[in-house]
Amino acid sequence: MINSLRYLSVFRVSAVVFSNGHRSNPGDADEAEGGLFKILLSVVLICSAAIVVSAQLRRPVSNDPPDPAVEQRLAKLSQELRCLVCQNETLADSRADLAEDLRDEIRTQIRAGKSDQEIIGFLTQRYGDFILYRPPVRPKTYLLWFGPFVLLLAGLALLFRYVKRRRDMIEEQPLSKADRAQVEKLLSSASRKEIV
Amino acid sequence: MTRYLIPLVIFGVLVVFLAIGLGRDPHEVPSPLINKAAPAFKLPQLKDPSKSFSAEEMRGRVWLLNVWASWCISCRDEHPLLIEYARGGAVPIYGLNYKDKPEDALAWLGELGDPYVLSVSDLDGRIGIDYGVYGAPETYLIDQQGVIRFKQIGPVTPDVWTKSILPLAQELNRQGSTR
Repeated sequence: MINSLRYLSVFRVSAVVFSNGHRSNPGDADEAEGGLFKILLSVVLICSAAIVVSAQLRRPVSNDPPDPAVEQRLAKLSQELRCLVCQNETLADSRADLAEDLRDEIRTQIRAGKSDQEIIGFLTQRYGDFILYRPPVRPKTYLLWFGPFVLLLAGLALLFRYVKRRRDMIEEQPLSKADRAQVEKLLSSASRKEIV
Repeated sequence: MTRYLIPLVIFGVLVVFLAIGLGRDPHEVPSPLINKAAPAFKLPQLKDPSKSFSAEEMRGRVWLLNVWASWCISCRDEHPLLIEYARGGAVPIYGLNYKDKPEDALAWLGELGDPYVLSVSDLDGRIGIDYGVYGAPETYLIDQQGVIRFKQIGPVTPDVWTKSILPLAQELNRQGSTR
């Protein structure tokens, strides 16, 4: 928000420069040239101001030039971390203010020679395991980690039971003599009725 | 019978799990700082930056640290309640003015009233990171030993105040006075 205010103030300055340029007597050729010069000057001023502002926008906390090794570690680490404001974004992707602050914090810690483990420890101490995209395996998260496999095994067991029962059902059972006699009796009586 | 009973039971369990899941606010991330020492800080006071204030100074007292900012919309909702509770005098409320411009913050207090004993300016949000702040307003109840006993994420509501913060603060004060 502060940054956008800074932008606004830049525009205000440039507007003043512009209006000065236009206020010079119209019609006078020399003056018009001077006006053009002033406009050009103001364009240059605006551009340079914009560069200054954008430099401030990127704001690595220290003024050291960005170190590619640090940035690479930051990128890798922040892929593993969750932004707490927009919870389905990584710290690397998020444009939330807090994500920016945390990236700065990680950057300074990397510069200070902290290991990835130390940095992750620092963050979980403050924000909890929720900041990790890969929750640690501990009794509280057993259900999360192993629940799906338990469900899979249970499903497989049910499937096997079902298939086995079906196989038992289709398997041919030889007819007993008494059954056969009854069937024949029924069939013959049915066919007789049909004829009649 | 069991043919229908088993799926029904599974369905029932699912419904219970989903109902609990839906009832939760995913934005309320439980703080790992509960029952841990409140992070130390020493910051300039909002109204007089030449003076500083540190959490250390509150040793021996039960107090609230409320994280607020003039750009924070929910803080505006919460503000009248804080003024009312500050007037009640049960717990002193201190403000952590988080990533704000002091002039905006002062104007805000001027317009809406000031419930805080004092506010400190956390201009770059560094202390906010130490406290695990991820969205103002947040409120911490800190005991005599400097331990965080309760954290409210989002605005303090009358419900939270009467059911959680006030009873806990009174309990802590009682324990403190008998010690």
